Amino acid sequence: MDVEAARFIGAGLATMALIGAGIGIGTVFGNFLAGALRNPGAAAGQTTNLLLGFALCEATGLFGLVVALIILFG
Amino acid sequence: MAAGPMEQFEIHPIVPLEIGGIDISFTNSSLWMCIVVGSISLFLMVAASSRAVVPGRLQSIAELSYNFVADMIRSSAGSAGLKFFPFIYALFLFVLMANLFGLVPFIHAFTVTSHIIVTLALALSVFLLVILVGVFKHGFRFLKLFVPDVPWIMLPLLVPIEVISFLSRPLSLSVRLFANMLAGHIMLSVFGGFVVSLAAAGGALSVLSIAPLLAIIGVSALEFLVAFLQAYVFAILTCIYLNDALHLHDH
Repeated sequence: MDVEAARFIGAGLATMALIGAGIGIGTVFGNFLAGALRNPGAAAGQTTNLLLGFALCEATGLFGLVVALIILFG
Repeated sequence: MAAGPMEQFEIHPIVPLEIGGIDISFTNSSLWMCIVVGSISLFLMVAASSRAVVPGRLQSIAELSYNFVADMIRSSAGSAGLKFFPFIYALFLFVLMANLFGLVPFIHAFTVTSHIIVTLALALSVFLLVILVGVFKHGFRFLKLFVPDVPWIMLPLLVPIEVISFLSRPLSLSVRLFANMLAGHIMLSVFGGFVVSLAAAGGALSVLSIAPLLAIIGVSALEFLVAFLQAYVFAILTCIYLNDALHLHDH
């Protein structure tokens, strides 16, 4: 196979990291909502943890982007 | 849309300078770092100059940011961590302002934190600080950080994992911030390109260009959230790492 073509396929495959990031962000917000609806009083105090979890999750997907960029331009 | 989405991250020398074969030109990256540091200093000096008992608007913002970081350190690293308040406050404000300045349109803003060398330098300074604090405070006992409280038969498996996770901290800390900034700006640039090329297509397609325009507004709002969140995550992870070094495993 042509090296250039293989590069593009590899970069495309690297975007599969988004599967995990999507599942993760869904889990974070889904579980927060489930907990918040059971105990709305405690929800406000957990916003920090919610955002922290969201940011950490999102970053995992972005590692895939970095891999794709390294493949394309590295 | 002649320029690609990566063009905004290019570094151009403004004042070319070279000493002993090492290129130390004053670049647009250095310029924006100076702007970020200058604006933070200016803001805090102006805000703190009145020192009123009943704070005005500016003073309130300064006090809010001070309390925000102080509470963050107190809750995650205990009052022993307050010794490092100046470092973490400076780190938080620098990352936050660098992220926010990068989002300002029309002035060819350069996002300092979208270059991995900058974030890696910040993360490595955190990493070195953690090691130095741990070694000075606990001496040889600092190595206990790598020995979790488990039955001894698990240790051969867990100690390498702990060491690797400790060593990968500066990498994940820097790549997280860098990748978020890079991805956000690429996304904004690509959506901006959609608007321009759809509007230039003419006819019914021009009307369609309103869709990416609306999307770009939403993405911009998300990017402001991310800019703040990443500065926050960077600072709070620094606190958590410092907590490890200060208290080892005995919470």
